[in-house]
Amino acid sequence: MSRQSNRAGDPRKVNGELFTLTYGALVAQLVKDYENDEDVNRQLEKMGYNMGIRLIEDFLARSNVGRCHDFRETADVISKAGFKMYLGITPVVSNWSPAGDEFSLLIENNPLTEFVELPEGHNALNYSNILCGALKGCLEMVQMDVDVRIVQDQLKGDSITEIRLKFIKRLEDALPAGED
Amino acid sequence: MPIFNYSLGIYSHYFFSLSLSLSLSLSLSLSLSGVDIERSSLSVNMSGGKQRISNLDKPLGKGRPEVNIATFALLFSEIVQYCQNRVYTVPELQNKLSELGYHVGSHLLDLFFLREKGYKREIKLLNMLLFVKSNLWKTLFGKEADKLEHANDDERTYYIIEKEPLVNKFISVPKDKGSLNCAAFTAGILEAILNGANFPAKVTVHWHKGTTFMIKFDESVIARDKVVEGK
Repeated sequence: MSRQSNRAGDPRKVNGELFTLTYGALVAQLVKDYENDEDVNRQLEKMGYNMGIRLIEDFLARSNVGRCHDFRETADVISKAGFKMYLGITPVVSNWSPAGDEFSLLIENNPLTEFVELPEGHNALNYSNILCGALKGCLEMVQMDVDVRIVQDQLKGDSITEIRLKFIKRLEDALPAGED
Repeated sequence: MPIFNYSLGIYSHYFFSLSLSLSLSLSLSLSLSGVDIERSSLSVNMSGGKQRISNLDKPLGKGRPEVNIATFALLFSEIVQYCQNRVYTVPELQNKLSELGYHVGSHLLDLFFLREKGYKREIKLLNMLLFVKSNLWKTLFGKEADKLEHANDDERTYYIIEKEPLVNKFISVPKDKGSLNCAAFTAGILEAILNGANFPAKVTVHWHKGTTFMIKFDESVIARDKVVEGK
């Protein structure tokens, strides 16, 4: 009857709307539990970080992506492999800084924000902040300290959602024994 | 439209001709292009500003987006951890998860009835339960629920049995919290859907043949259904 019934369900995939709404339920709960938007942002980033440090293992195990040689390659892998694999979207990499240590991911169809409207009085809320945390967590596990933040947000009336990533330093200490 | 433009052309020709004495045809084309430019600049202004487009202005997506199961599982894991840090007991934790599920379910209900049921509501109890077991389960979790049963001793109680619910797939329950079943989240979704469709019910989750969702309907639902079915 429904289109769904004709399709063989992929066991490695989950209904995106269930995911979107589940995330929405979480954010709504956080907004209820915390006093201000900054605290919610912080909590979302923390949760994203926790997800990121575990997600990277799954990614490395399944994607066959080797070591990146420079930050530009990293940016490509994040967009074309990482986002594609886990959220089903491919953000555009752009706005490189002249030094090549800073770029933006431009997201047009953010699956997190489908069905979402920010109510009045939550202008400081970065609804998709979990993405920042996840990116930071992932990159930290591959020895990169990167500053990640949302600079444009479609929920706040911008035409696109832009996440800015700035390379800070390599984390040499975290190198596991036996590598290199 | 051409008539409108033409008359406008005459008008501007009238003003132009006072000072410039342009030919009629020239002023007509001028005014035509003038109208066009005006219109296009108007549309630029409207879309270029920081005007928020409400969700209701956008068409409801037809496609079924999918995300990786790992993304969902990790998100759910964070949700469980967050809830766990804010409660003391297992029942409290399950309640909290159920509340979040309720939030999800109440939003899903509209989507389902718009897309799958062609705007029609369901008024028969059994059909509603079958819809939940088949369509809803399949859309949400990629498969039908394993079983739907009716309690022998209580006509208000139904069971939906699912051997391995999606949300429990990657969860190993710690020994000291043996009774915890995180599918309470799914129970919350079910409860919201049933309540939203005007079949008030309580849905609880139990470890039995995998996971069993016990649906206990309100008296009124059973009484109404008897009238509807003409029994």
